[in-house]
Amino acid sequence: MDVILFKITVLFYFLGTIGYLAYVMVPKKPVSRLSYLLLLSGFLLHTASFVVRYIMAGYTPITSLYESLFFFSWTIIGLFFLILLRYQLPILGSFVSPLVLIMVIITLVLPKDIAPLPPILRSFWLPIHALFSFLGYGAFALAFAAGVMYLIQEYQIKRKKMGSFYRRLPSLEVLDNLNYRCLTLAFPMLTVGIITGSIWAEYAWGSYWSWDPKETWSLITWLLYAALIHQRLVVGWRGKRAAIMAIIGFLSVLFSFLGVNLLLSGLHSYVAW
Amino acid sequence: MEILLVGLNHKTAPVEIREKMSASPASGENFLEGIINLPNITEGLYLATCNRVEVTVIANSVDSGVMEIKNFLADYYKFSREEFETFLYIFSSTQAIRHIFRVAASLDSMIVGEPQILGQVKEAYNHASDKGILGMVLNRLFHKAFSAAKRVRTETSIAKNPVSISFAAVELAKKIFISLEKKTVLLIGAGEMSELALKHLSSNGVQKIIIANRTFQRAQNLAEEFKGEAIIFSDLYNYLPRADIIISSTGSSDFIITYPKVRQALKERRNRPMFFIDIAVPRDIEPNINKLDNVYLYDIDDLQGVVDDNLEERNKEALKAEKIINEEVDKFIGMLRTVEVTPTILSLREKLEEIGKDELKKTIARLTNINEKDKKVLELLTVSIVNKIAHHPITFLKKKVADGNTSFSIDLVRELFHLDK
Repeated sequence: MDVILFKITVLFYFLGTIGYLAYVMVPKKPVSRLSYLLLLSGFLLHTASFVVRYIMAGYTPITSLYESLFFFSWTIIGLFFLILLRYQLPILGSFVSPLVLIMVIITLVLPKDIAPLPPILRSFWLPIHALFSFLGYGAFALAFAAGVMYLIQEYQIKRKKMGSFYRRLPSLEVLDNLNYRCLTLAFPMLTVGIITGSIWAEYAWGSYWSWDPKETWSLITWLLYAALIHQRLVVGWRGKRAAIMAIIGFLSVLFSFLGVNLLLSGLHSYVAW
Repeated sequence: MEILLVGLNHKTAPVEIREKMSASPASGENFLEGIINLPNITEGLYLATCNRVEVTVIANSVDSGVMEIKNFLADYYKFSREEFETFLYIFSSTQAIRHIFRVAASLDSMIVGEPQILGQVKEAYNHASDKGILGMVLNRLFHKAFSAAKRVRTETSIAKNPVSISFAAVELAKKIFISLEKKTVLLIGAGEMSELALKHLSSNGVQKIIIANRTFQRAQNLAEEFKGEAIIFSDLYNYLPRADIIISSTGSSDFIITYPKVRQALKERRNRPMFFIDIAVPRDIEPNINKLDNVYLYDIDDLQGVVDDNLEERNKEALKAEKIINEEVDKFIGMLRTVEVTPTILSLREKLEEIGKDELKKTIARLTNINEKDKKVLELLTVSIVNKIAHHPITFLKKKVADGNTSFSIDLVRELFHLDK
């Protein structure tokens, strides 16, 4: 049931992404409006699918790779809609929706069984740790999108040759501002995610920190973002450097999320995948 | 009845002629009256801008109409007819309609897409309308021209990209900064061009303006005009860190703003972006500051490059606009033809119905023993005969509207049925 809902979700995300890509070619309001509605419908189905799986599993379903990617993409889209409430920025959809579409398509091919959760992981720390970590990841993804948009726009203005994106993208200050806001949201989330994870680890494995690859990479990611925010506040790093750092930071997020799970093994191996 | 347009524009006539014509404005009361009083003219409208002078009329025939207008214009402006004639273009029927649509949509303008022309056409229309010299045809024609122009404006981006240097600079500033309202502009050197840029910036919301000029008095005058602050020229480096937008146009032969100065300023303002506009020749600002992060430098050639790109973009959009105009012209001509055949269709019906009624009356008078029911039957008979006879000629006329060949068919039907007694 939840998987069927999710398949329909992917279909809507697919249509919404096509709409948002068409919006780059044809920057007319009805195009962005339609894409918005398609994506929003997808998001609602996505949410419904999560709820159904929660009920079926009996615990917060963020324990397998399928479930994690599923939830990761959900936070990205959710935060995207939150940003649209504040910013008049439909073109953001043209950058965020393809990213999400790739993620959900990968999700689709993963094993989707609900595996029984080992007693050691049954804890109320599971939803808290996962929720904060993934909200942080989602906000980093949006900072990444803002960074990419910034670099494109900056390149055009510096090069003094305006391409088709020049008119569609907002001003550099808006993009820099968006980048910064996403970071200031993401960083505390990630921090809380790491701390709650550490507390949970003490309960479950008897040690706050055991340097498994996931923990190490999360720490590296955290340090990267900490450096960026520090530079920004103290030295006034902004613009291009901040955008590049946001992109590097997100690559680190992706690696600590996917790379570690696929390439290295450790305590954080999922129950099933 | 013919739609006729006689005029000249920046492409066909030298500026001296255009000047002379727009200098003695044809709002001069007797001008429009003079035109409408010409023997073969029934409706008229006159458009005069600095780039074009055009008379649009409805004339009884092309040749006589053209002759009368040419003579009238040459007389009015005291040109010799032979010389004057070489500057004129003359359009009739479809061509005239298309020309008016293109003018209103700013496709015939010197700068394609410039927005003023539509207002000027509307003004000319209102002027003629007030004088009561517009009939049904020109009324509809110009209303259609306005809606076609509006379609061009909304469906193409013909007027979106700025094509003047100072506008291009403002557009760029809007792509760098969130809003211009809280930004500070530093003007170095007060020239005509920089003043123009300043004007655009301040009409886009810039409030804080600092002006540095070698002659302090001049800076003060400008500061008064724009509610800015005049500073001593040598102080300008102290103000540099405060400035978001810097416009430089001094006559200096050396760079006034150098790389180290900008780097220093940038540090002091914690890398908040700076937009430099160098409109001086030779340049005032060291070009390599553009390599600094968060610094954007455009000199006069760069801005011209942006303008040229925009013009190219406009010309592309103009092709789309021409398609829209063609559609609208076709629609209008279709409507006009329908209007042309309608009176004939009406009088044909009237004529046939009249014959039917007369004959019915005569027949009933001749019959003695006739009851109400038989009368009804006879009435029905006449009505259906009239309808059957009218049906084919009417479809014939309507079909000719679609084919586009109306005047011959109208004459034919009128003659066959003896509609003009």
